[in-house]
Amino acid sequence: MSAADATRRPTLASGVRLHRDTVRERDVLLFPEGALVLNETAAEVLALCDGERTVAQIAAVLSERYGGADLLADVVELLDGIVAEGLMDRDDDA
Amino acid sequence: MPDPAPTPAAPIPFPLLLVAELSYVCPLHCPYCSNPTGIVGARRSAELPTADWTRVFREASALGVLQLALTGGEPLLRRDLEELCSASRDAGLYSTLVTSALPALDTRVEALRDAGLDHVQVSIQHADRERSDVIGGAVSFDAKLAAARAVRELGMPLTINVVLHRDNLDDVDEIIELAAGLGARRLELANTQYHGWAAVNKQALMPTRAQVERGERIVEAARERLGARMEILWVLPDHFEDLPKPCMGGWGSDAIIIDPTGRVLPCQSAATLPGLPVERVTDSSLEQVWFDSELFNRYRGHAWMQEPCRSCPLGRQDVDHGGCRCQAFALTGDAAATDPVCHLSPHHAALVADRDRILAAAEKNERPPYRYRTTSARQS
Repeated sequence: MSAADATRRPTLASGVRLHRDTVRERDVLLFPEGALVLNETAAEVLALCDGERTVAQIAAVLSERYGGADLLADVVELLDGIVAEGLMDRDDDA
Repeated sequence: MPDPAPTPAAPIPFPLLLVAELSYVCPLHCPYCSNPTGIVGARRSAELPTADWTRVFREASALGVLQLALTGGEPLLRRDLEELCSASRDAGLYSTLVTSALPALDTRVEALRDAGLDHVQVSIQHADRERSDVIGGAVSFDAKLAAARAVRELGMPLTINVVLHRDNLDDVDEIIELAAGLGARRLELANTQYHGWAAVNKQALMPTRAQVERGERIVEAARERLGARMEILWVLPDHFEDLPKPCMGGWGSDAIIIDPTGRVLPCQSAATLPGLPVERVTDSSLEQVWFDSELFNRYRGHAWMQEPCRSCPLGRQDVDHGGCRCQAFALTGDAAATDPVCHLSPHHAALVADRDRILAAAEKNERPPYRYRTTSARQS
């Protein structure tokens, strides 16, 4: 993890949407011809990726929800995975 | 050896994809069109109205569908397409417009995007303007490129779709370059499947094995070169295979197709099968059709299978589901037969002989002209 990771303001790539699949009771990312099933934490992180918050701010929001644990490394790892899937742009710091 | 034990009925999964065929009419006349050949005098007035489609989108979403393909024929011929995109978004579906780009997608795409369209898939027939227009049977290439550029300028994801056959397989390299240059995120290279008009034009369209193998190598190299920049799908031509494809991921397991007149079908060609009960969105809910109809239950599971599928020595019953029902019917006259693409099918030798006869004729450059797809009653 580099210092730049924490200051990125991540947002989903264009044409990628976070969606609550109420039938199967799970969150998914929808994109051209596909869907990626998310666990609850991943869905929470992605819901916070609005292009305004930095990665550090997203980690701080989650930390507050989960009793103060330092979640920055976990958030960065998760977002790297979404980038690797091509669902989030790498150079998206505003 | 005892008879195999009856298979316990697996629970019916929820569907993921709704294919909405909005109109049979199309400005292009591609000789490989997968639409049924029997549609003559297609009347726009017989098309399902806006209100039925919007209700169907809500029903589909409530049934678990995530992806919606707006297709045809040509979906751009619908004047209510913006309304349908908006209904799709309201229902929570991810929408893809599957289009020839005619008429006038380039000037309409922004309104469609604003209404809720998520993704555009534009067909191209060849990387060369003249040859693309000849294959499509209409002057269309420049309009396609203009539309693809307009999609990218809006920042929307773009897929380029090319159906491959004898007259464009040698130019796969140029097609890949064109799609990458247009900024496509995905390129679908689908070798022709011989249904609908493609079955009529099999002799003109079937490539040689050398063409297919060369195309495959070029795709492999392009995947290495382009990496994540553009995903390339390569769908094998199954007359060159000896194991069948899992058509539609299994009958009634992933997808629902609704044709322009409102018939609900498990696959785009299923209307060609004789004796199948007709289900209409105007008569029943999608939920009733999906779970309870004889139509959707007929080829689910294994109970309907015949030999050699019934005791498949390869254990592929749940892998390929016996292959394609429509191809089985077209080539054997029995929709419950094993797809003759399977080397274990008693009809496989006939499929190979037919293919080899076509390829021998191709070697001698004996080929009929295209019979272009039409929905007007005047031709053929």
